[in-house]
Amino acid sequence: MATILEKSGFNPDRKLKIVGSSPVKHDGLDKVTGRAKFGADYFLPGMLVGKVLRSPHAHANIRSIDISAAEALPGVKAVITRDDFPEIKAGTPQGDVTRNVIAREKALYEGHPVAAVAAISESIAKKAMKLIKVDYEVLPHVIDAVEAMQPGAPILHDHIRTKGVKGAENQKTNVVERLDLSMGDADKGFKEADVIVEHEYDSKPMHQGYIEPQACVATSTEDGQIELWCCTQAPFVYRDRLSEILKIDASKINVQQSELGGGFGGKTGFYTEPLAIMLARKSKRPVKITLTRAEVFRGTGPVSGTKSRVKMGVRKDGRITAAEAELVFQTGAFTGSMFSNAPQAMFTRYDLENIKTVSYEVVSNRPKVNSFRAPCVPQIVFGVEGVIDELARKIGMDPIDLRLKNAAKEGYKTIYGDVFGPIGFVETLQAAKKCEHYTSPKKPGTGRGVAAGFWFNRGGETSTTLNLAPDGTVTIIIGTADVAGSRISISMMAAEELGVPVDKVHVRLADTASLGFNRVTAGSRTTYSVGMTVVDSARQCIKELTRRAAQIWKVPDEGVVFEDGYCRPASSNVGDFEPLSIADICKKTTMSHGAIVASTSMNVTGAGPGFGLHIVDVDVDRETGAVQILRYTVVEDAGKAIHRLQVEGQYQGGAVQGIGWALNEEYIYGADGKLQNPGFLDYRMPVASDVPMIGTEIVEVPNPRHPFGLRGVGEVPVVPTMAAIANAIGDCIGIRPTSLPMSPPKLLKLMDDAKKGKGR
Amino acid sequence: MTKKYHVTTTVNGDEYEVLCEPQQSLLDVLRDTLTLTGTKEGCATGDCGACSVVVDGRLVCSCLMLAVEADGKKVETIEGMAKDEDLHPLQKNFLEFNGLQCGICTPGILIAARELLKRNPDPTETEVRYWLAGNLCRCTGYDKIIRSVLVTAKEMRGS
Repeated sequence: MATILEKSGFNPDRKLKIVGSSPVKHDGLDKVTGRAKFGADYFLPGMLVGKVLRSPHAHANIRSIDISAAEALPGVKAVITRDDFPEIKAGTPQGDVTRNVIAREKALYEGHPVAAVAAISESIAKKAMKLIKVDYEVLPHVIDAVEAMQPGAPILHDHIRTKGVKGAENQKTNVVERLDLSMGDADKGFKEADVIVEHEYDSKPMHQGYIEPQACVATSTEDGQIELWCCTQAPFVYRDRLSEILKIDASKINVQQSELGGGFGGKTGFYTEPLAIMLARKSKRPVKITLTRAEVFRGTGPVSGTKSRVKMGVRKDGRITAAEAELVFQTGAFTGSMFSNAPQAMFTRYDLENIKTVSYEVVSNRPKVNSFRAPCVPQIVFGVEGVIDELARKIGMDPIDLRLKNAAKEGYKTIYGDVFGPIGFVETLQAAKKCEHYTSPKKPGTGRGVAAGFWFNRGGETSTTLNLAPDGTVTIIIGTADVAGSRISISMMAAEELGVPVDKVHVRLADTASLGFNRVTAGSRTTYSVGMTVVDSARQCIKELTRRAAQIWKVPDEGVVFEDGYCRPASSNVGDFEPLSIADICKKTTMSHGAIVASTSMNVTGAGPGFGLHIVDVDVDRETGAVQILRYTVVEDAGKAIHRLQVEGQYQGGAVQGIGWALNEEYIYGADGKLQNPGFLDYRMPVASDVPMIGTEIVEVPNPRHPFGLRGVGEVPVVPTMAAIANAIGDCIGIRPTSLPMSPPKLLKLMDDAKKGKGR
Repeated sequence: MTKKYHVTTTVNGDEYEVLCEPQQSLLDVLRDTLTLTGTKEGCATGDCGACSVVVDGRLVCSCLMLAVEADGKKVETIEGMAKDEDLHPLQKNFLEFNGLQCGICTPGILIAARELLKRNPDPTETEVRYWLAGNLCRCTGYDKIIRSVLVTAKEMRGS
């Protein structure tokens, strides 16, 4: 429990042997051979198939649910509805969670779960669902967030009163919160500006698009001892929320995470897991629920669609004098969009003094939004970086130079109150400016754009255990999820610290009974935070190893030093002893003194902010409006890349997700409030032939709070993408799009407008 | 009770007899009946390619093929890709060049890529991209997948 990592011990001159290389990840072999077990790959004896009945209506009161005919169908072992769940007051966090899992008073979106069935086969479960009679009173619905804000709009929840507005206590509304966040004096700043640019922007919800639909297997005893296997980014958070909404002790619930087939934020909160548990409890048999792709689209978290207005002013010398924004976030049927990230992050990376923002979070009849890389930030940066691009053009300055002129540096106090330590935005911009992509001319007729992005990066509660086996090999137990390969990076950091080869260190994903609480794997926190706890544990083990070596040599503890995996005499005065390896000491002393084990539980702080700049070349087909990405380069500060190929993979994957968001991906609703494109054919994510190779440039400005200097790298790569593409399109066709996605029909109209002289 | 059909099919060289419902897909039977879970379901509508298998030499989405249609046919899945101790060169290079992150799309992509290299041992980058356009990956941005395939093609041509 006690940690010895009071200071990170970061040493820029340290010669690293393993960190910074790219060994094959240990979990890879199971993944290329098909042996890796993902959420849907668990089977238990006697297991039943669970299916979820969902509301066909966007908004409806549920008068009654008759399950008698479904229960009577042979092969059906349990049917559950809202009546099987504890009543929790509406409007509380747990009240919202339980109502999103299964509708209580109302169905609030098409796809909202209303009942669930467990049967001996999928075909019987499907038949049973058709026998459930739900008496709906269909209500008027509202899909668009701005419409939902208007007086007279259908009200989703009786309890919502706008937080942050005085005098709103008696007014039912869909506006959950108004957040004012400002610094300095924006009005004064705008007066100092020579050029002011202001535009309105909008974005549509996109889905995280993980290829693995949510899946789980649950067992439950009559007294509520629960085992749950599922794909999740947050096994401990699942356990604790399950405990709260099912009213069961957390210690009775054991969540075992499977391999995770993509999450990107979308698997940070549960959906059908409580349904599987209650079906298991009622049927007294294991129950597996696997979502279909259509259920994933209709019932799980897309990101917030937004409306925004962004205004910025600049002096002729390139100094930005003021920034202002008004932001509206659609959060779906329940609050929880994390919209406050946006006003905190949207301008942060520039050392602005005068900022004024007003943000609103609004409920409407859509699935509750969920996290996605840098939640709520990329779709707003889309506007900010577009305005900056236009400011640069208007004052005739290189767009990277304008950003350099205003780049935040160490010591800048952010709008959210933190003061930046050593950060790498300037270095990132400088690297971008001299990279081969930026310095080479673009092809005639094509467009080039750049945009910058920032993410806080996170730390948080983290608990891990490091075990030295009697043969000296190392096992690390972690409770965070591995969303893309963090296990190998963690192995590398421990191996570096212990001076052993990386193939002697294996990392295992623990269940929630095996470790203390671990916060959700999100916000680019995992490799950073687990790196901290594991290095701490390694240092505890090293201390014990040197103590045991001293005992073996019968010398004082301080007579032993640990270097490169060996305990050695601190000096020739101590004596002439052959160095002892970790394996030597473990073999000699494990049976007499017990195993060498260290656990570390920390609330990790000191995450280093991340910055990136993207460069993209595009061509726009003048006849069809289709955009082709010709070349793409991501320049980003990683602090220190632990596993270089993994870091590059984060940059490349984030950029291509952003390309999808920029050009194709959106939720399309009909007038009936139903989602019209709940499948990969009509919700089109980028495929291999849509994109080029994605160039990467890893900048390394160390974060001194981490032993190896690392910063998280998962979020920043998607933050500037849509803005960079919009700026490139603007460069290509003479008018910059302001609406996401920048789909062919929209671009055709823009080009038509440009011909008529409306270009900017 | 739905009437079940008797199906005899060869999977990775082993003959299996299964009883399946008429609407069950080959994917369902591979995963749920034979517990060969290396083949993944991402969409069940033929749009993501995670369930790619080879049936009598043809690359198919096993979610779009009825299990009864596999009667008398030879099915190849990811579980049969490595021969004894030896990984297929694609498997080896996907590991070496980090052609996977979460790994859920990997079995389908490996099967599809193997079929490409059988037909076209010297594909261009564009050819690899179009051949794999039916296999969605959300993690990697495809870069390291395409590189892994191109490196493998070169390596296999050399040997």
